[in-house]
Amino acid sequence: MPLIRRSAADTGFDHPWPSEITPAAVYARRRDWLRQAGAAGAALVLPALPALAGGQAASSARPGKLAALPAQRSGVAGAVVMERPTAYADVTGYNNFYEFGTDKSDPARYGARLKPRPWTVQVDGEVLKPATFDLDTLLKLAPMEERTYRMRCVEGWSMVIPWLGWSLSALLRRVEPTGNAKYVEFTSLADPQQMPGVASRVLDWPYTEGLRLDEAMHPLTLLAFGLYGEVLPNQNGAPLRLVLPWKYGFKGAKSLVRIRLVARPPQTSWMRSAPGEYGFFANVNPTVDHPRWSQATERRIGEDGLFARKRPTLMFNGYEAQVGQLYAGLDLQKNF
Amino acid sequence: MAPLRLVALNRLALHRAAHPLLILACFGPLVGWIWAGSQGGLGANPAETLLKGSGLWTLRLLCLTLAITPLRVWAGLSALARWRRTLGLATFGYATLHFLAYAWLDMGFDPAAVVRDLSKRPFALVGFAAFVGLIPLAATSWNGAIRRLGARRWQALHRLVYAIAGLGLLHFIWMRAAKHRADEVWPYALTLALLAVARLLHRQRTNSRPAALTARTP
Repeated sequence: MPLIRRSAADTGFDHPWPSEITPAAVYARRRDWLRQAGAAGAALVLPALPALAGGQAASSARPGKLAALPAQRSGVAGAVVMERPTAYADVTGYNNFYEFGTDKSDPARYGARLKPRPWTVQVDGEVLKPATFDLDTLLKLAPMEERTYRMRCVEGWSMVIPWLGWSLSALLRRVEPTGNAKYVEFTSLADPQQMPGVASRVLDWPYTEGLRLDEAMHPLTLLAFGLYGEVLPNQNGAPLRLVLPWKYGFKGAKSLVRIRLVARPPQTSWMRSAPGEYGFFANVNPTVDHPRWSQATERRIGEDGLFARKRPTLMFNGYEAQVGQLYAGLDLQKNF
Repeated sequence: MAPLRLVALNRLALHRAAHPLLILACFGPLVGWIWAGSQGGLGANPAETLLKGSGLWTLRLLCLTLAITPLRVWAGLSALARWRRTLGLATFGYATLHFLAYAWLDMGFDPAAVVRDLSKRPFALVGFAAFVGLIPLAATSWNGAIRRLGARRWQALHRLVYAIAGLGLLHFIWMRAAKHRADEVWPYALTLALLAVARLLHRQRTNSRPAALTARTP
C-alpha cells in the first residue's frame, strides 16, 4: 500500500499551499550538495582519478573543443529553463541529422566533412529587401544570447541544451516582410560532397521546414550559432540552425542556406515523407500520439535511469505560457 | 562441395565442444549488454539500445534457426540437427528480453499501459502476437513433449514458426516504414523469403515420394 496515493490525473504539480513550494531554482539544485559531497569524497578516496570526481559537476562549463562564442544571458521570457543541461558528449554524440546518416551516432562520425566556413544564407521571397548574408554579418546582426531550452525529440527522448544565438525575428525584420508574407520556409544544405547521408533516399533533399510567420517572429524562435559557449559543432547543424523549444526537434532545420518568406504553407520534408505521422505544426503535445508510439512521456538523456519511470511530457514542452496564445482556437488534434 | 570437406565440417559440428560453444555464443549479446551497462557503455539512450538490440537479435537468431534444416538437407550438414533446438530457444530468449525491455523500460511494467499501447498500435500488436506464438513452440521443445504429442502433430505445431517469422518481419518493416530504411530491412526479408522457399521446395520433394517412405499411417 503506497503511503501517498496518486490519482491518474495527478501529474505531481498540484499543491494547495503555494508558500510551501520550493523555488524552482532551489529545487533544480537539490542534488548539488550530494554531487559535491560525492565529488569531495571521491577526491579524498580516489586522488588518482580527479577527472572522475569532477566529471559531472562541470557539465555546463565550456568544453574547450571549438571557438568560443561570447554571449549574454537572455532576457527573453522562458529562455532559461532551470534544469540541468544534458552532458556535452550526449548533446553532440546522440542526435538526428539525416544528411550524415540515419543512425544517431552518424552526425558525430561524419560531421567533420562539413565546411561551415565560408557560409552564406539567402533570405528572400515576400520581402522588400531580399539579401544574401554571410556568416560574419549574421554573427554580428544582433547581440548573442545564451538560452537554455528543453529539446523534445519526436522519438520520445529529451535534453536540456544551452544554445547561443538570437531571435530569428531580428533577421526577418531586417529584410522587411511584405503583406503577402504569411509563412517562412527554411532550407538546409544538401551537398553530397560534404554530407554522405544525402546519397540515400531517406528523405527528399534538401531538408525543408516551415513556420507560420507569427511563430517565426516569436521571441523564443532562436537562430542558433552555438552551444555550450562555443560555435555549433558540425553535427548539431553548423554554422547556424533553427531551434524551436516548444516543437519537436525535427522542426529545427540545421545548416541553413535559405530562408524564404512565402504566402502559402510550405511543404516540409517530413510531411512529404510521412504525412500521416508528421504535421506542419509538430508542437510538443502529450495528448496527441505518434501513430507508432505514445507522446505522453519522455526519457531525459543522461538523467533518467534505465528502470526509472519516464517523465511526463509537458504541453508545448513546458512553454505553454509563452506560446499557447499562438494556437488559440486551433484544433491541436487535427493540426498536429 | 567435396564430400571429404563435408565430412570434416560435420565432424567439426559434432565435436564435443561445438554445442557448448554455440550455447555460449547465444549468450554473447546479453553478456555484452550487461557488461556495457556496468561500464556506462550502452550509449546516450540505454533503453533504446536494449530495445533495438534485443529485437534485432531475435530476428537474427530466428533466421539462423530456420536455416538449419535447409543446410542439413541441401548441404548435407546432418550434424547441425541438434543445434536447431538451441537456436530456437535462444530466439525465444531474445524475444522475451525484447518484450521485457518494452514492457519494463518503455511501459514501466504497468500491465494496463501495455494493454492500452498494444490496442492502439497495430505494429506493436503484431510483434506481441509473434512473441505469444513462440511460447507454445518453446514450451514443447523438450524430447518428452515431442513423444507425447507425436512427431507429426509436433511438426505441424512447429510449422507455426513460419507464420511467426512473417509477423516478426512485418513488425520490423512497420517500425521502419516511415523512415524508408529499406537497407535495414531487406537482408532479413530476403533471408526469410529464401528460407520459406527452401522449406516449400523441400516439402514438395518429400511429398512426391511414395507415402510409405515418408510416414507411417497411424
